[in-house]
Amino acid sequence: MGAQQKPDSNTASPTKSGAAGAASFAGSESRKYNYFEPKGRKATHYEDMTVDVQPDPERYLLQDWIINFPDGTPTYSKDWTKVKSADWHKFRAVDEEWERTHYQRQSTICGMVQNVIANGRKSGATARFDKAWVKVLQDHLGAYKHAEFGLGTATMQAQRYGYTQMINNAILTNSSYKLRFAQDLTLYLSEIALDIPGFDTAAGKKHWLEDPTWQATRKLIESIMGASDYLEQYFAVNIVFEPLVGELFRSGFVMQLAAAQNDFVTPAVVSAAEADYERNLANTVELINLLVTDPQYGEYNRGIFSSWLGKYGALALDAANNLQPIWSQPRVKVATFQEALAKAKSRVGAICSEIGLNPAGGLAN
Amino acid sequence: MAPMTLNKITAQKGISIGEAASRVADLGWTPSYVQEAMTFPTDYKISKVPKDPMKQVLRSYFPMQEEKDNRVYGALDAALRGDMFRNVEPRWVEWMKLFLAIIPFPEISAARSMAMVGRLAPGEELRTGFTMQMVDEFRHSTIQMNLKKWYMENYIDPAGFDITEAAFGKCYATTIGRQFAEGFLTGDAITAANVYLTVVAETAFTNTLFVAMPSEAARNGDYALPTVFLSVQSDESRHIGNGHSMLMAMINDPSNHQLLERDLRYAFWQNHAIVDAAIGTFIEYGTTNRDKSKESYSELWHRWIYEDYYRTYMLPLEKYGIKIHHDDVAAAWDRLVKKNYVHKTAQFFAVGWPVNFWRIEAQTEKDFEWFEHKYPGWYNEFGAFWKWYEKLSHPGEQNILFNTDCGYVYPHRCWSCMVPCLIREDMCTDEVDGKLYTYCSDQCRWTHKVAFGAEYEGRPTPAMGRFSGRREWEDCYHGWDLADAIKDLGFVRPDGKTLVPQPHLRFDDKEMWTLDHVRGNTLASPLRGIRALSPEDREKAVAEYRKGFTMRPI
Repeated sequence: MGAQQKPDSNTASPTKSGAAGAASFAGSESRKYNYFEPKGRKATHYEDMTVDVQPDPERYLLQDWIINFPDGTPTYSKDWTKVKSADWHKFRAVDEEWERTHYQRQSTICGMVQNVIANGRKSGATARFDKAWVKVLQDHLGAYKHAEFGLGTATMQAQRYGYTQMINNAILTNSSYKLRFAQDLTLYLSEIALDIPGFDTAAGKKHWLEDPTWQATRKLIESIMGASDYLEQYFAVNIVFEPLVGELFRSGFVMQLAAAQNDFVTPAVVSAAEADYERNLANTVELINLLVTDPQYGEYNRGIFSSWLGKYGALALDAANNLQPIWSQPRVKVATFQEALAKAKSRVGAICSEIGLNPAGGLAN
Repeated sequence: MAPMTLNKITAQKGISIGEAASRVADLGWTPSYVQEAMTFPTDYKISKVPKDPMKQVLRSYFPMQEEKDNRVYGALDAALRGDMFRNVEPRWVEWMKLFLAIIPFPEISAARSMAMVGRLAPGEELRTGFTMQMVDEFRHSTIQMNLKKWYMENYIDPAGFDITEAAFGKCYATTIGRQFAEGFLTGDAITAANVYLTVVAETAFTNTLFVAMPSEAARNGDYALPTVFLSVQSDESRHIGNGHSMLMAMINDPSNHQLLERDLRYAFWQNHAIVDAAIGTFIEYGTTNRDKSKESYSELWHRWIYEDYYRTYMLPLEKYGIKIHHDDVAAAWDRLVKKNYVHKTAQFFAVGWPVNFWRIEAQTEKDFEWFEHKYPGWYNEFGAFWKWYEKLSHPGEQNILFNTDCGYVYPHRCWSCMVPCLIREDMCTDEVDGKLYTYCSDQCRWTHKVAFGAEYEGRPTPAMGRFSGRREWEDCYHGWDLADAIKDLGFVRPDGKTLVPQPHLRFDDKEMWTLDHVRGNTLASPLRGIRALSPEDREKAVAEYRKGFTMRPI
């Protein structure tokens, strides 16, 4: 078509259209990113948005990193975790998030949570919450929001260190989910406080800082926040904390007991975090699985993960056991701590079997 | 009676935005069981809690961003339905191969650097601001990858877009983008993630990047770039707020003033050197629009950088006791309007076309007229060059990089900003740790020799970064045949012989250069050359270089 047109000057193209297909020449059909190996048969949109955006000397960085930290550490270093990999570039996030899908999902959750809260309040639901339950929400859901926040900040820190864009972006969206949920809980409690006379929104933080029930959890969270190995943080959050303490409290306590205390609102707010976790867990399991089956370093990595499982497992078990008194506080008792803990341990067992680890000691079901 | 509205019916008592922000800020606490390791240290002292100027919470942020996205993606669909590419100017889209290869990495680097400032800032007031910026930067990086894919799928010549991230890691021009991005996240955490990234790059230079450039895109029939980048820019005000707030938390401590002076100087000059080189070239040379009433890049710079940033942001810092380098702002301005910095950069990009991964066509008489109108004297200095360039754009000619008839002298590379030393008279050398380096300007020499060191004016600066790597691109291919270097770079089309870059916009195999057309020329490192000279010969060589060159008439 356009290729037959006559040039109007020495430099003007004979082809007047800038559209695909307006002329045929070498490379004119090369319409796919061709610099990486897709995980499946065809590259996904997520892969196109993500792979190799963070370069490294093994992936095209001809001139190497060009600024160092004063001790000689480059802009990104494999030494920022004890774990080793023959190929850090293989990992792809299972949830395949890039910006558009992330905002769509987060925004949908924000809408869902706000609708539930607004409709619940409008129908006067909070006035019908059992009085003992209100205190549980105030003190313990109020305390728990700080745990979520701590993990949000830990993963925000961790997303600086990964050796590839795929790893760092998965940790980044994890952080975004945790920080959103911490805020969801904060604003939810602040809003129902408007309807419940005497509801103390400051009580949660006080319990987080002082109540013996929460100190082992706080110690666990601070241990994760204080770790300097980013994969240790990511592992401790999703393989240990979430099933043993996070789900234990969110599903094993709040979501199971709330309805019996006339509360249909809180489980809906909390449910978002359960769905967030399924995605974060899938990403983490995929990454850990790659690392424990690494042809060169699999066994070595398994040893590292086992040591983290032991370290954080013990802290998490202690945290979980310390939360036991909370199960006694609601007036209507429809679930027991022992059942919830057994389920949590079984969940840890299931996750560990996916990544070839053996929960030992108190973690064994 | 006042009319009933849905809002009045459904309204219920809520908490104020200020209240919500302060409750959210109260989520943080001071750890007592385990202390966080200070993994990205700084030499600054931050004793004040930075204030959050935006007071936005995530539950309003995410829906707002989703809405912005909906508009962006809707506009991209509309552009295709309206057959945008039939009328787009290939001269413009070709430069997007370079621009969009560079920009997603600086964007995601900014997300990473939120980890660095997030932990340094005392208190949690700004945590939400940093969180939103982190997710914003994730947005920018992937939305730009999406735009690039969209160009690749719909533009006449996808070659160059198809290799984009590989090209980014290897190209001599993207080097400056890597310097820019690594500057955001390596070395002293405040120098990098606060001063270089937010206080200077985002507050000042995103205006030329994300506001001025989209206007030029629209003039060239590209409605997609403005759609994406003005949406990106709408996030920047939040980042500017974060940066300013953090700056205000440090500025009252006089022990920080010396470092702030250093970092503002380094960051301003390097942002100028990098951003003006690239964006100036895209805007001035990537356009076909020669409307004399539109602002030139220099005029845009005066508006955005001089009036907006220097006068209303930098100057007020003086009242806190910060020394501002007015002379550098004036020198940058002089480089743009008197020393033809942008024109010399465009000229250099064109000379280097065989190792690019995009096409550059020659400027024509119509362009000459506009340049002469905006930059009197331009034709005398650059007219002959572009005529040579056009003449040598046909396969079979000796490519301009190695053509000895035209008179161009290949430049030295600046070790600091990594743009070559294009303003020949300002080129200088110095020794650092016993090795000789070349620089484009005295400010860049100072950046390497003085700013990036273990001490600054006698004060230990143990957190400051160091320049590293193979910073002179030419050194990577010293002694290589040009054809072999292009193959190694991967800048060859799928037929295995035709080059991705072309010195023209002729979309016709007969007109396209292949490896055979460029074989037989050996690349060399100018730095190795000058280091090999005796001190006396070196002095002569530098003096000769500083005299510049004259293009031979054609």
